Amino acid sequence: MIQPASPDLITVNVDGKEIAVPKGTNMIEAARRVGVDVPHYCYHSKLSIVGNCRMCLVEMGMPAVDPASKAPVIDPATGKQRVNWSPRPTIACATNASPGLHICTTSPMVKECREGVMEFLLINHPLDCPICDQAGECKLQEQSTGYGRGYSRFIEQKNVKPKRTLLGPRVMLDDERCILCSRCIRFSKEVAKDDVLGFVDRGSYSTLTCYPGKKLENNYSLNTVDICPVGALTSTDFRFKMRVWFLKQTNSIDTETSVGVNTVVWSREGVVYRITPRENGSVNDTWMPDSGRTLYKQIREGGRLEAARVSGSVADLESAVKAAAALISGAKVAVVGSGRSSVEEQFLTRKLAARAGAEAYLVSRVGQGDNLLVSTDKNPNVRGALVTGLISELPKPSLGALGERIDSGSVTTVVSVGEDLLAAGLSASQLAKVSIVYLGTHDNATSGLAKVVIPTLTVFEKHGTFVNQQFRIQRFAKAVPGPSGSSDDLVVLSKLLSAAGGEALGADVGSLWPSIASEVPALSTMAYSNIPDTGLLLDSSPWSTLAFAEEATLHFKPAAAAPKEAPRG
Amino acid sequence: MPAPEQFRLIFKHIDEPGYTNDLACYVRNGGYEVLKKSVARKPEELVDEVKKSGLRGRGGAGFPCGVKWTLLDRKSGKPIYLVVNADESEPGTFKDRYIIHNDPHQLIEGIMITCFANKVERAYIYIRGEFPEGARILEKAIAEARAANFCGPNILGTGYGCEIYVHRGAGAYICGEETGLIESIEGKRPYPRIKPPYFPAVLGLYQCPTIVNNVETLCHVKHIADRGGEAYSKIGTPNNTGTRILCVSGHVQRPGYYEFEVGKITMGQLLFEVCGGPLPGRTFKAVIPGGSSAKVLKFGERYKGKRKSGAEMVEYDWGLEDIPMDFDSLAMIGSMGGSGGVIVMDDSVSMVEALANINAFYSHESCGQCTPCREGSLWMKKITSRMVHGEARTEDGALLKSVADQIAGRTICAFGEACAWPTQSFIAKFGDEFKAYPEAKKAPRAAAAPELV
Repeated sequence: MIQPASPDLITVNVDGKEIAVPKGTNMIEAARRVGVDVPHYCYHSKLSIVGNCRMCLVEMGMPAVDPASKAPVIDPATGKQRVNWSPRPTIACATNASPGLHICTTSPMVKECREGVMEFLLINHPLDCPICDQAGECKLQEQSTGYGRGYSRFIEQKNVKPKRTLLGPRVMLDDERCILCSRCIRFSKEVAKDDVLGFVDRGSYSTLTCYPGKKLENNYSLNTVDICPVGALTSTDFRFKMRVWFLKQTNSIDTETSVGVNTVVWSREGVVYRITPRENGSVNDTWMPDSGRTLYKQIREGGRLEAARVSGSVADLESAVKAAAALISGAKVAVVGSGRSSVEEQFLTRKLAARAGAEAYLVSRVGQGDNLLVSTDKNPNVRGALVTGLISELPKPSLGALGERIDSGSVTTVVSVGEDLLAAGLSASQLAKVSIVYLGTHDNATSGLAKVVIPTLTVFEKHGTFVNQQFRIQRFAKAVPGPSGSSDDLVVLSKLLSAAGGEALGADVGSLWPSIASEVPALSTMAYSNIPDTGLLLDSSPWSTLAFAEEATLHFKPAAAAPKEAPRG
Repeated sequence: MPAPEQFRLIFKHIDEPGYTNDLACYVRNGGYEVLKKSVARKPEELVDEVKKSGLRGRGGAGFPCGVKWTLLDRKSGKPIYLVVNADESEPGTFKDRYIIHNDPHQLIEGIMITCFANKVERAYIYIRGEFPEGARILEKAIAEARAANFCGPNILGTGYGCEIYVHRGAGAYICGEETGLIESIEGKRPYPRIKPPYFPAVLGLYQCPTIVNNVETLCHVKHIADRGGEAYSKIGTPNNTGTRILCVSGHVQRPGYYEFEVGKITMGQLLFEVCGGPLPGRTFKAVIPGGSSAKVLKFGERYKGKRKSGAEMVEYDWGLEDIPMDFDSLAMIGSMGGSGGVIVMDDSVSMVEALANINAFYSHESCGQCTPCREGSLWMKKITSRMVHGEARTEDGALLKSVADQIAGRTICAFGEACAWPTQSFIAKFGDEFKAYPEAKKAPRAAAAPELV
C-alpha cells in the first residue's frame, strides 16, 4: 500500500510535555498522544464536531510574541518563551493544534469547568444506574467518578421525559438518560445516510426522537447504541441480558462479507452475549452493520452437529477420519473449499486436495452490497483461498462444472468443507452418485447425504485469519469453547491429511504457521503472532487481473485496472 | 446639568403627524436620495466611510461595523450575503419594531447601500415570529421599493441588482444570535455554531461569507453615506459615535424611546429629566441598562476607577446617575450598553421576584444545544421559582451565584453570559435581599406597601 506523504508535524505542549503532531490534529487527539485524557461526550473522532457537551474545556496558551517586532518574548525567570494563556477555557474538540500551542488540562479552572459540566449533566439525569444497561461502560459514570464533585446540590424536581421509546426494531430509547450529545443524530445523518433522528422541544426539555412515521431501522442502527455515551440508547437484543463487567472481550472479524469488519465478541462462561465493532481506521472506522451482530446466534441455534457420523451412525473422531480417508484414498476426489474458512483451514484444504489429486472448488456468494460495510461478496475469505493457492481464479457462480464431472464419472468422492452442495448448485441426483465427506457446524441437506460427517467449529470457537477485500490479513480469536463432540477444523483437516497419507502438519494456528510461511509466498515473511490487531496489508499484485465482485465500500475502492467481466456460469 | 436635547437621526420622522410608512411619504421626505447618491460612488469608498464613521453595532455587542465588513472573506469566489437581524428579542428593547413599523423604507435604503458597498446580491431580513405586522409591512415596502426600482434587478439603471427577502422566525430568542439565525434561515434548528471555525464573515449563510447587522445599525449606514463618515463620527463621543435609541421601560413617569447622541447623556439625566423620575411616592432601586441580559446597576452605588480621556488616564468617581450612556462607560463599570433597553425598577420591586422573572425567560429560551446553559438556566429558574413560591432557603443566593458562575464563558454562544449575568449581578448587588428573602416571604405584606403596577 502506498503510504501517505509524511504530514507536516507541529510541536505542541500538553501539560508541560512536548509532542509533535500532524497539522489539523485537535487538542483531544494531541493530548491522547501523550497519554493525557481529555474527557468528552459529544466528540467522536469519526463524526463532525459540534462542541455541545462542553466537557472537554481546557486552557489554551500561545507563545508570546512582541506585537511590533514579532520577536518571541522571553520570560527572564525561566529563559523560555513566555506563554499567553487565554482567560477563557476552550473546547479541545474544536481547536486544532497550531505551532507552539500550549494545552493545560490540570489547572484549577479546568477542574472547575469539568465539575460544573458534570453537575449540570447529572441534575436531570435519572441516576438509575442500578437498573441501567449502560452501567459499567457509561461515560457519565466514568467521568463523574474521574472529574465530578461526588455530591449534588440539586434539590428541585427533575425533568420528566419519555421512557422506553422504541426507535426501531433494534434500538430502545430512554430520553431521561439522554445528555443530548447528538452523536446518534450525526451518525445517522453522516455515516448511515438515514437522517431519521433529531431533537424536538427546547432547552433542557429537548428530546431525542425519530421523525414522525419513520423508524431507526437501517442496517447500522445499533452503532448509535455503541456511540451513545450514556444509557439512553440500548440494544433490544442485549438489554438486560448481562452486566458488561462480567463479559470477556475477544477480538474477532465479522464474517458476513468480505469487508472484514473488526469486531469484539463479548462472552461469559462459554456464552456469547453480543458483538460490537472494534476500531480499525482502515477498514470499518468504529462501525459495523447490525446484520453482523446477531451472527453469534448460530452458535446455539438448532441443527448444530453434535457428533461425528459414519454412514448415519455416531462415531468417534478417529474412526470418522479413518472412514473419510478411506473414501479419499484411491478415489477420484473433488474438494469443495469455502470462502468462509480461515486462511489456515484453506491452506490445509489445499494440502488435502493436492494429496488426493483433487481439483478444488470454492462456492461463490455474490449478492447485494450497501457500499458502506456490507460488500457484494458475502464470503469473508475468498482472497485467503487465492493467497493460499487453494484456488487460482475466482469462484464461478455455481458448481456446475463439478456437477458435469460427477455426471461424467470423473469424480467419485466430494469433500465439502462446510458448504451445502445442494445450495451451491449440485443436484440431488448428482450427489447420489458420489460419496460425500462433510465437515461443518450445522445440519443441512449435504450433511444429511454425507457418508462421513465431522462437526467443526464456528468462527467464535476457534482462532484463525481472514484476508479481506483489501488483501488485509486479519486475525480472529476463540471467544467460547465449541460444543462437545465438535472438533477444531484445523485438527480435523490435519488428521484427515495425514490419514490420507499426507504430511503431518500442525493442528493449531501456532504450529501451522511456520509451514504456511514457508509455502505461501504472500505470507512468507509473517508469523501469526506478528499480525497486528488491525491487520496487515498483503501485496495484491499477483491477483490484480482478477475481476473481483466488490463495489466501493467505506475504505475500499475496487481496483480500476481490473476489467469487469460478465458473470460466467 | 440639564439633559441635552434629543438628537433624532433614525427616529427623525417617527412621531411626525401624517408620516406614514409608504414609499410616497418616504420619498416626499427625501427618501432614497442617499441611495441614488451612493450607487454613483465606488463601493470601496462607502465601506471606507463606514469605517471612518466608527459606527458600532446596535444589536448588543457593539462590535465596530466597519471592522465587521472588512473581515468578510471577499476572495472565496462565493456570493456574499447580508442578513438583517430583525429578531429583536432582548427583553426591554423595542427600537427595531418602531423602525420597521413606522419607517421601513429607511431600513431598506440602509440595506441597499450596505449591499451595494459590499457587492451583496441577496439580503435576508430575519424578522422574529412575534412581528407578523412588521413582516407584512416589510413585504409591502420591499414590493414598493422594487416597483420603484430601488431594489431588485438593475437598480436605478446602474446594472447592479439586489433582492431582499423577508424570512420570518418562529419565535425563539436564540435566533437573534447571528449563527443561530443563519441556521434558522437555512431551515434548521437555530443551534448557534461553534466559532471557530464558523465565523459568519467566512462561513456564514450556506457556508458563504455573510454580514449580519442589526436593523438600527443598517439605518445608521444610510446616514453615514449621507453625511460622510467624518461628519458622522463627530456626532456622539469618540469611539461611541452617532446616536443611540434608548428604550426606557419600567417604573418611570415617561417610559418610551429616546434618541440621543451616544455618551452625551447620563443615566441620571435620562431617568430623572427625560423620563420624569420615579412614580409618585417611589424611589429608584435598580436599573438594567442594556436589555435584560446586561448586569443590573444599583442606585446608591459608586463606581471608581481610571478611564481614558483623550490620550491620558483620568480618575472617575461616578454615582449611578453620572454614568454616560455609551458602550465604553457602561462596560467600564461592569455592565453593558447592549441593545439599549433600559429597564428601571423602583423600591416596590422584590429583586428575588424580578430575577425569577428573568430566569424564567432565559430557561424558556435556552436552545438546549450545550450543557451549561441548557441545564444551568433551567436550574436557576427552578431555584428562583421555588424561592418565590415559599420554599426559599438562605443559602439559595450563594447556590444561584455558583450555578451562574458555571455557565458564563463556557458555552457555544453568548447566551451563556446572557443568562448568567442577571443572576450574578443580582446576587452581587442585592445579596442581602436574597438572604433575607425566606424570612421576608413569611412576614405578611405591610398594608401600606405599594402594589406592583
